[in-house]
Amino acid sequence: MIQIPNINISIIYPEIIIFITAVIILLVEIFSNGKKWYAQSIIALIGIIVSGYAVSNQWNSFASGFSEVLVADNFALMFKLIFLLGALLTVFLSIWYFRREEIQQGEYFFLILSSVIGMMILSSANELITAFLGLEVMSLPLYVLAGFDKKKLLSNEAALKYFIMGAFASGFLVYGITFIYGATGTTNFDKISMVISSRSFGIDPLLLLGFILILIGFSFKTAFVPFHSWVPDVYTGAPTPVTAFFSIGPKAAGFAILFRLIIKAFAPIGGSIIPILWILAVLTMTVGNLIALTQRNIKRMLAYSSIAHAGYLLISLVVGNGRGASAALFYLIAYTVMTVGAFGIVILLGEKGEKDLSINGYSGLAYRYPAAAVVMSLFMFSLAGIPPTAGFIGKFYIFSSAISKGFIWLAVIGIVNSVISVYYYLRVVVVMFMKPEIQAGRVVCFPVSLMVAIILAAIGVLQIGMFPQGWFEAVRYSLIGLF
Amino acid sequence: MHGPLWLILAFPLLGFLINGIFGNKFNRVTVSLVACGAVGISFVWSAVLFFRLIALPPESRIYVEKLFDWISAGKFNAAFSFYLDPLSALMILMVSGVGFLIHIYSHGYMGHDESYARYFSFLNLFTFSMLLLVLGANLLVLFVGWEGVGLCSYLLIGFWFTKKSASNAGKKAFIVNRIGDYGFLLGLFLIFVTFGTLNIAQITEQAPRLLASGGILVTIMTLLLFVGATGKSAQIPLYIWLPDAMEGPTPVSALIHAATMVTAGVYMMARMSALYMLAPLTMGIVAAIGALTAIFAATIALTQFDIKRVLAYSTISQLGYMFLACGVGAFGAGIFHLMTHAFFKALLFMGAGSVMHALSNEQDMRYMGGLKKKIPITFWTMLIATLAISGVPGFSGFFSKDEILWESFASPQGNILLWIIGVITAGLTALYMFRLIFMTFYGESRVKSHIEKHIHESPSVMTIPLIALAVLSVIGGYVGIPHLLDGSDRIGRFLEPSFAHFSESAIEGHHSAGTEWLFMIISVIIALTGIYIAYKMYIAKPELPVAFAKKFKGVYTVLYNKYYVDEFYGYTVVKPFIKLSRIMYNIFDRVIIDGSVNLIAYITEWTGEVLKWFQTGYVRHYIVTFMFGVVIILGYFIFR
Amino acid sequence: MLRIYFPILVLLAFAVITPLVMLIIPKILGKRESTPVKDAAYECGIPAKGDARERFPIKFYLIAILFLLFDIEAIFLYPWAYIYRKLGIFGLIEMGVFVFILLVGYLYVIKKGALRWQ
Repeated sequence: MIQIPNINISIIYPEIIIFITAVIILLVEIFSNGKKWYAQSIIALIGIIVSGYAVSNQWNSFASGFSEVLVADNFALMFKLIFLLGALLTVFLSIWYFRREEIQQGEYFFLILSSVIGMMILSSANELITAFLGLEVMSLPLYVLAGFDKKKLLSNEAALKYFIMGAFASGFLVYGITFIYGATGTTNFDKISMVISSRSFGIDPLLLLGFILILIGFSFKTAFVPFHSWVPDVYTGAPTPVTAFFSIGPKAAGFAILFRLIIKAFAPIGGSIIPILWILAVLTMTVGNLIALTQRNIKRMLAYSSIAHAGYLLISLVVGNGRGASAALFYLIAYTVMTVGAFGIVILLGEKGEKDLSINGYSGLAYRYPAAAVVMSLFMFSLAGIPPTAGFIGKFYIFSSAISKGFIWLAVIGIVNSVISVYYYLRVVVVMFMKPEIQAGRVVCFPVSLMVAIILAAIGVLQIGMFPQGWFEAVRYSLIGLF
Repeated sequence: MHGPLWLILAFPLLGFLINGIFGNKFNRVTVSLVACGAVGISFVWSAVLFFRLIALPPESRIYVEKLFDWISAGKFNAAFSFYLDPLSALMILMVSGVGFLIHIYSHGYMGHDESYARYFSFLNLFTFSMLLLVLGANLLVLFVGWEGVGLCSYLLIGFWFTKKSASNAGKKAFIVNRIGDYGFLLGLFLIFVTFGTLNIAQITEQAPRLLASGGILVTIMTLLLFVGATGKSAQIPLYIWLPDAMEGPTPVSALIHAATMVTAGVYMMARMSALYMLAPLTMGIVAAIGALTAIFAATIALTQFDIKRVLAYSTISQLGYMFLACGVGAFGAGIFHLMTHAFFKALLFMGAGSVMHALSNEQDMRYMGGLKKKIPITFWTMLIATLAISGVPGFSGFFSKDEILWESFASPQGNILLWIIGVITAGLTALYMFRLIFMTFYGESRVKSHIEKHIHESPSVMTIPLIALAVLSVIGGYVGIPHLLDGSDRIGRFLEPSFAHFSESAIEGHHSAGTEWLFMIISVIIALTGIYIAYKMYIAKPELPVAFAKKFKGVYTVLYNKYYVDEFYGYTVVKPFIKLSRIMYNIFDRVIIDGSVNLIAYITEWTGEVLKWFQTGYVRHYIVTFMFGVVIILGYFIFR
Repeated sequence: MLRIYFPILVLLAFAVITPLVMLIIPKILGKRESTPVKDAAYECGIPAKGDARERFPIKFYLIAILFLLFDIEAIFLYPWAYIYRKLGIFGLIEMGVFVFILLVGYLYVIKKGALRWQ
């Protein structure tokens, strides 16, 4: 009799729910003829919410399953909630956008949801092969999503570039995994950690090499400089809601697995890579911010800004302790709402085809659409880290975690960088409020779904910024059992 | 006491938000309904709470309501909580009640203004801020309301911002208030350092233990708070903004001068009475400043021709009385006068507004006269208010003013000099107020001929609030009939638990009832004399004032030009300050700061431009950067 | 320990050296002359027509990819069938789910017309 492994299927209930939802959407797509876009979007929203409920039911259960391959500790669950929040907001962003662009294909929601499944697997992976599986399940739909606007050349280009680069990076990851397996004889995080600490003599070069290659593999997804070069092209080319999804989902997923690797699997040799992470953090922040300064296209500017934000998050990875992890979680939540909000406004103000996305196109917007301009300013302030917004508290948390562990210079560089970032974020505000109106004919309609996303994001930005206490508690609780 | 206090605040805030956001889409009636309704409900709810509070036995008339923990940082903890005791109960009743009448009046007065919704949303915000100030259970919440009131005064005084003088007046009010706020903030810091809390109840409780009576710490603390109060409540030396504040719409003046804003300083001092009672020196200064301001402003009011300006100086003068009361420890009397003053001063301003309404916005009393028959309701209501402010027995002002005057002599902190100044001011008050009445309503009409034809009584939406306030101006005083007149001084006893008191030993002996009678009769006689002189000068012999002005030309000019205080501040403070700012701007700011900032910005942007070259768009180049990174990282570990 | 891999190293060395030698020796020995006949794709048979890089319909790819996909999934059935008895009812359900998912994919492919040859 073959020993059937301890499966404990209940820990993947959230994933199963999402998967069933995705399949239903696909079935609706092929078996229904009329207008089904709205129905599909509502199915997707329901699925996401139910899955979120399932996730919250697992809170504090600390279950594991599938031979310890997947764990559902609070850390993973918190990340799952972030992914689901991101997906939820992305769906709201998408409903109207794809209608305007006349590419209402239900496969879109299927792909988004599939990608979310990948992220969820990635965040609860407790083993390298599973992590790789999660990464691929997450990435493959993303490649398709980048090229979802089939008739647009830029979108095609984005998909192809992303795919080639992604495949390239995956190679590094798998290569790294083989080294780790060669060096330790296992791919389970707990066991890797045990094997490493059981060895008394120095660091095994093979192990270190494997670890670094794995880091590089994931660094591609989180877009650290110099593994970032795909970001601007892909972000610009992809349909805007997909861009928003790119900058929140895969990035958060990447950080989830990186934290688990550094805090858990490779904790005994974590110290040796701190200098590298330190330099990567500085490079990522600085390069992202400096190039963002010179951008004229709002989507491209936000792309570089997302690189810079990955840099701030990297600081928390350098800190590497519980405080860093909780700061990163908090920042990811804040970043999710403010990014979705900013992209939401970009969608709102674009016209069909999005031919003109230049920042100057927003000249004098405040005169015609004061509410939109004010809300956009709110998101820009938050991204720049100005109180009383979520971005400010998030940055404050990250920098203070760096200082608490003695990385004073890293915090200083981070602060200098956020000062630089103020320039290009506020330029949007300046253009909207202080420049004369140039596109007098611009007509914007205010679709309900998009408004829901933007208003939710705006409320989130202010709520997190003004009453962060509850969120602090939540992220602190999500670290229980991780150490 | 189970009523949620926050409801009182919620409605004006809601009104502000609704009118502020959607107001332009509503028609005028809707806007008015929202704004008046919000304050009206707030008033009704305040009244309900007030009567519930009264129903309780005096020792349990305190109700604290915590909404949420607002700031909690280390040792510092400030809850967003409200505090209802007799003092704040009376204040919310007055603020919302008078505010409500002013809102209704505004519907008529501002009926033709373009920015109707903006006006009403600000008015609601003003009421909200004042209520927040009054209800705040700790000094930080109070300070939020305090600043909110300052902001709203700026917005409303400068409401017609296209008019240069109005926007200047708004700025002046704001800046002068900020100077006071600076002192207030320092006071708050000092209190926090001393007590470790900003909770008013805790401060009141701990003050006698932590601070030595008459000690230097408590003296500085109270003086700093007092600086804040002089700013808000327009006392020497920071009173200069109030006369200019009449640049705003007249109902706003009524709101600022009567129900909100200027009463904030008096309220704050009464609220912090526990500290003030520990600092006799501060009390002396407060009393002296109050008395001085009272007589000083009254003399200026004598010579002004602008109807609103006379009222503005009258407000300053009356506020001086309230400070005098606080300074001699008679906080109850101060608050009593605050309340009666709110009634008759709101009425006077709104009456003045009604006069201006009738005369196509004419403000100069030299072009009025003989309006008694043409606008009778306005005349009679204003006459009642004037009788009240002049302290004629039977009207509300008599009771409150007399109590202050008596306390200024009889209290352990009082002395005969303060009383004399107070009584002279009372005479001057009667004089300038009746001067106003006589010049406006009696005698020959001096109205410009083209306006003459249009004179009309205001619509009932404006006159009804006038009548309501007139009734209050008469009966408002009967809640505080002194023991001397066989009254029971109900308001005094009601407010008693809210204040700190002189210890028994401090009250030396007891003045006989005979003395009190004497003092009261003297003050009444002086008030009546003031009225008689006004009658002589402005009705019987209208040529007299001109003759006086000629004879005492020097004094008259000084008074007419308000003692040249504005000019004095202009030359000693404002001009040098502007000069310094210019120098800083031209040399320090433009050359050094801007230069270095621009240089850094230029270098940063240039670096960005260079880095941009790496983003070629070719995947092969991207892969190269990628590999470059990999090689560098691996190289680091190999050659480490 | 690594000694057991020595034959592989030898093989690797041969793999690198042989082509190198084959490339270098003709350079040294032979004289290079280019004629049209020599440059033709095939030295004998029917003369070549047109370019070898000819475009042909994307449908071939589609069919090929779909074939591969289902082929690989079908492979999973073999090991499953081998230990079917040992897995018991659990294995049946598992495979049922797996096949159902495949079925949905198949239905999708058909409905989308990916297999229609037009």
